[in-house]
Amino acid sequence: MARPKTLTKFRQVQAEIERSGSAIFRDAEGRESLVILSPYAINYIHSYAEDSPFFLGLAEGRLRGSRCTSAACRFVYATPRSHCMVCGEPTEWLDLPRTGRIHSWTTCHFGSEAFLKETPYNLAMIEFDGAGSLLLARLKDAKESDLYVGMPVEARFDPKPKYSITDVWFVPAAASAPSKRAR
Amino acid sequence: MVTGGLTKFAKAHPEADFRLMVKQAFDYARKDAPNLTKDRIDGTRISYFSDHFSRQLKAASMVQDYLGMNPKGSVRIEWGGATGGECFQAAYEAVASGRMDVCLAAGFETMSRVQTWKGNEFIALASDTNFDFPLGGFYTGYYALMVVRHIYEYLRRTKFAHVKDEREAQRLAIAEGSRIMSKVSVKNHLNALHNPYAQYPKRLTVEDVLRSEMISYPITREQICTMSDGAAVAVLCSEERAKEFTDRPVRVTGVGCGTDTMRLADRPFGKVPLAPHETAKDYEHLDYPGVHSFRAGRTAGLEAYRMAGITDPKHELDFIELHDAYASSEIQTYEDLGLCKYGEGYDFVESGDPFLRGIDYGFPTPNAGAIPVNPSGGLIACGHPVGATGLMQAVFAFWQLQGTIGKHYRDPALQVANARRGAIHSHAGTGSSVTVSILERGF
Repeated sequence: MARPKTLTKFRQVQAEIERSGSAIFRDAEGRESLVILSPYAINYIHSYAEDSPFFLGLAEGRLRGSRCTSAACRFVYATPRSHCMVCGEPTEWLDLPRTGRIHSWTTCHFGSEAFLKETPYNLAMIEFDGAGSLLLARLKDAKESDLYVGMPVEARFDPKPKYSITDVWFVPAAASAPSKRAR
Repeated sequence: MVTGGLTKFAKAHPEADFRLMVKQAFDYARKDAPNLTKDRIDGTRISYFSDHFSRQLKAASMVQDYLGMNPKGSVRIEWGGATGGECFQAAYEAVASGRMDVCLAAGFETMSRVQTWKGNEFIALASDTNFDFPLGGFYTGYYALMVVRHIYEYLRRTKFAHVKDEREAQRLAIAEGSRIMSKVSVKNHLNALHNPYAQYPKRLTVEDVLRSEMISYPITREQICTMSDGAAVAVLCSEERAKEFTDRPVRVTGVGCGTDTMRLADRPFGKVPLAPHETAKDYEHLDYPGVHSFRAGRTAGLEAYRMAGITDPKHELDFIELHDAYASSEIQTYEDLGLCKYGEGYDFVESGDPFLRGIDYGFPTPNAGAIPVNPSGGLIACGHPVGATGLMQAVFAFWQLQGTIGKHYRDPALQVANARRGAIHSHAGTGSSVTVSILERGF
């Protein structure tokens, strides 16, 4: 069997092992290192556990936050948590307004490998009247040049839910037409 | 601290696995302190960030093993991006508690084992995997969200308050913020030209940085640290025994650690924990930390300053090595660490305060030398092999305080003259945990 191909650029080595499964890297001092492809894939059995009502709610077109049950606290979380981080008491579910404002935003032109094919995409932190914390979401139907802090936005829901946080996204509130990405 | 060592940080070290890299860093440290024989080391603290990158669980045990440290006591330390800073403090605690006289802190990361965008995915798994990661989990995106708000709070509402059109005002503020952030990138890359351990030393202009690829608006490629392979070690020792190993020991006089919520969305809108030189009146209209500032960094800084007796960090520290994973977070961190007040970070850059004296950055730096920040080149230019990074900062600070930069860098340009006291700052996640340690000349 032939020796793996010897290469002197690590980038070439990365490409070669993707192609053939192995390569030899020779560095400037002449040292040779054998490099192999080592795949690793996992399917997790992931429970949303106490966060489950939020994700089931998205599938029904409901955006739910949570509110502290302590009369002295009543903190409202736009990203729900089942116990209050201020006072430690349990929270109860409540429906958030469909509309909010951009607290901050960005357009990602690159991303993690899992999301590279979706670039460019917008991320926004959304603030809601009556809530003390924010929600991170995708922002669609808006170009980078449209976006600004304070912009009114409204929620859209995926009619074919994936049971993921991506089942909800926001669009500029002025745009009354449904999101083009909604099917 | 009595000695330290590190490998050159590089895109990839395929010729050395993590065990050998740590061994090389350790051997450098031993060469610099010849009396430090293995039998005089009581135990170790070993840090690396991600089992995903190493694809080897319990990799710290393999380092312990390769160094021949068995059966001495050892613990693996992991705390996200602050892993190295936390490891340094764990070794400090092992000695300060009396449990050990001499403790080796060793850290590493081998990030080249996956492609860059897969690496970004591993890093993004250090964000909430129910609510944050599936949206396009990407740390540059998170830091862009933070700096857009930081610019809104501190440039839109001040320098551009007179501009009536809201979008226009925000665009102008972001352009101004980006220009100033780029100066931080120029500084760190240029400093690194004199640091042989740095991964990406280079001379850039503000325009080069602005024109480099847009990664997540408004953050460009040259404003971001890279992934690296590398290792670093620091040896800590009781004061009574320090002279056995070096006639120029460095004393750890303050340690601090702070935390904040995992999700950016959960950050409170409260009051600023005040530094000694600030008053409540300074921040009457500021909701803190929101997503624009790092309460964990402020908390860690205040704890470390209190312990070291520092009340005016800008004037009582001679340099800082801080966690500039992004040029934006370096500016945010100036404020957290009280080098200037909240809202003054951009002016702080413009004043030249964090630049080194005697280096031409291509633009005026009137106050250069006031408090050099990242004289080594920081993460942006040195690289960021996560588990090693905080220890790299400790090693660079140690050499600064010893006055041995010229010897170790084979170039004295980055030696801060008569450096007596410095700070190191290690930062994780979107600011979910931060450590600050104060080091002082101990001879």
